[in-house]
Amino acid sequence: MCLIRRFEDAVGAMHLRGEIVGAVHTSQGQEGEIVGACMALRDDDYMIGNHRSHGHPIGKGAALRGLMAELLGKKTGVCGGKGGSMHLADFSVGSLGETSIVGSGVPVAAGAAFGAKMQGLGRVTLCFFGDGATSQGAWHEGMNFAAIWDLPVVFLCENNLYGVTTPINTVSRVANIADRAVAYGMPGVIVDGQDVIAVYEVVGEAVRRARAGEGPTLVEAKTYRYMEHGSNMGRAFDYRPEGEMEHWLARDPLKLLRQKLLDEMGFTDEALAAIELAAQEEVADAIEFGRASAYPEAASAYTDVVSAVH
Amino acid sequence: MARRSYLEAIRDAIFEEMARDPNVYVIGGDQRHSVYGTTTGLVEAYGEERVLNTPIAEAGTLGIAIGSSMVGMRPIVDLGIASFIYPAMDQLCSMAAKTRYLYGGQASVPIVIRASMFYGNNTGAQHSDRPYSMFMTMPGLKIMIPSTAYDVKGLLKTAIRDEDPVMSFEDANVWSNKSDIPDEEYLIPFGVADIKRRGMHCTVVGIGKSVHLALEAASELEKDGISLEVIDPRTLAPLDTTTILESLAKTGRLVIADPGHDVCSAAAHIAAVVSDQGFWDLRAPIVRVTAPQTHVPFSPALEPLMYPTRSKIVTAVRRTLN
Repeated sequence: MCLIRRFEDAVGAMHLRGEIVGAVHTSQGQEGEIVGACMALRDDDYMIGNHRSHGHPIGKGAALRGLMAELLGKKTGVCGGKGGSMHLADFSVGSLGETSIVGSGVPVAAGAAFGAKMQGLGRVTLCFFGDGATSQGAWHEGMNFAAIWDLPVVFLCENNLYGVTTPINTVSRVANIADRAVAYGMPGVIVDGQDVIAVYEVVGEAVRRARAGEGPTLVEAKTYRYMEHGSNMGRAFDYRPEGEMEHWLARDPLKLLRQKLLDEMGFTDEALAAIELAAQEEVADAIEFGRASAYPEAASAYTDVVSAVH
Repeated sequence: MARRSYLEAIRDAIFEEMARDPNVYVIGGDQRHSVYGTTTGLVEAYGEERVLNTPIAEAGTLGIAIGSSMVGMRPIVDLGIASFIYPAMDQLCSMAAKTRYLYGGQASVPIVIRASMFYGNNTGAQHSDRPYSMFMTMPGLKIMIPSTAYDVKGLLKTAIRDEDPVMSFEDANVWSNKSDIPDEEYLIPFGVADIKRRGMHCTVVGIGKSVHLALEAASELEKDGISLEVIDPRTLAPLDTTTILESLAKTGRLVIADPGHDVCSAAAHIAAVVSDQGFWDLRAPIVRVTAPQTHVPFSPALEPLMYPTRSKIVTAVRRTLN
């Protein structure tokens, strides 16, 4: 969680000063649901992300160097500089890619789960999407396929209350995204997205069900993003009710976990400071690596369109 | 050697590839009952787990195919009618076509998307599309459009083994075409056009059913001492422009017969390439025989006006010769 927070703080700053270009969406405030869900997976399980998805591959175990280099458009990036912020992927850790068309990853996640089921490898696919994705037709189709074929997939809705500036309760008539699960005949579970341990437990049960052949689960993590939809959007918008930010900042997932570790699990301030320092150093190392890396050669713009094997 | 129809050849290709590779499976609406005969006997041979009936949900179906292919499966998607691709455009264009590129070559999407074109059968504007040229503008997609039973079998087997998404546009107007199919296995490579008839006065490139119309036109014009060279590109992406340019160098004249709408059509693209690379071989302007920029009308009195015919091709060839 620390690693993701430090990474994204750095990315936001680098974007603001033009060192990172293009569209960048950060997830500060959502680290609890990201990490809690990813920790419930096996190394060989699959994960599919979305446009706000720096944290997801980190949670799945991707090395920071390749991710940062990708954000900088460098040859050493996980996608060789072809993907950028919205399309990170690290197949070596089961991160099957992020997709920046809202909702489009949902049917593909069902497909990865279907492939895994056919292969009998017991692998589970975790699919992250926001509240906004649930209005898409592709979301419905993906959910339905997963349900009718009992696919080993966990759908994790990161309900951060807003699609850009549009409140979810103005575009959905049901009180909870999880309520929609009943339409597919699958369980829908609500969890406090700011409580990493609660998310870990809820997703852990969903993963267990999936692996046991009992089918998919829709998990709705109630969470919040502190930043605007996109980094460097030029100004703060006035869509948030007064006091809302303060309410959520008081329930910051890092702060909550820190308190729990100190109060209930015998951690010391020194031990936590060491974790934070290590995260800071790892991010600094990734930035240094990315900056020192070369840009891709022009010829690489023309490769990977189709297979080189004929 | 066996005499097989176009649809039987499709079925044979799928049957053989499913036997060869356990990762190959078939997915689409009503596959288990084999509405058109292309999946006959597959359930009995390979089980229902490899022959999947889907809800009527094209985007979801394509998503299942794409995701499963990314983890090692090789789906053959039957979308039915070509215009049924449209509900799945995002999955096709944003996911299938771009996955390899976006992720820097980490993933392959080896899927085959089969789509039949029922134009000319009074099904109205929504069921009569010939949309292959739309997908020629999208890098990352391979496109085949076979005109004979022999070609569809060899190309489909290649498509199933290919590492990239392949769209197979199957012209329902040639479903009854029969070929002698060899007993031994054969594959037809992508990007290799087939010269269906040798000639010297004018080159006619035909697409789908138009290949057969061009051959009929050649028989007719032969009586007047005019010999046509008829070329079937067989795949539009990749497109074998070399064979077309070589033929043009010999004949000096080019007619392209394409049932698609003219604007940004396969014919328009071929004409552009030839104008660019074969200009000094042209002895007359290139003539395109295509569909006009209107929708396909239902009425049997109107629909035949839309597409290339033997006589339109004959007229076009005469224009290049005068």
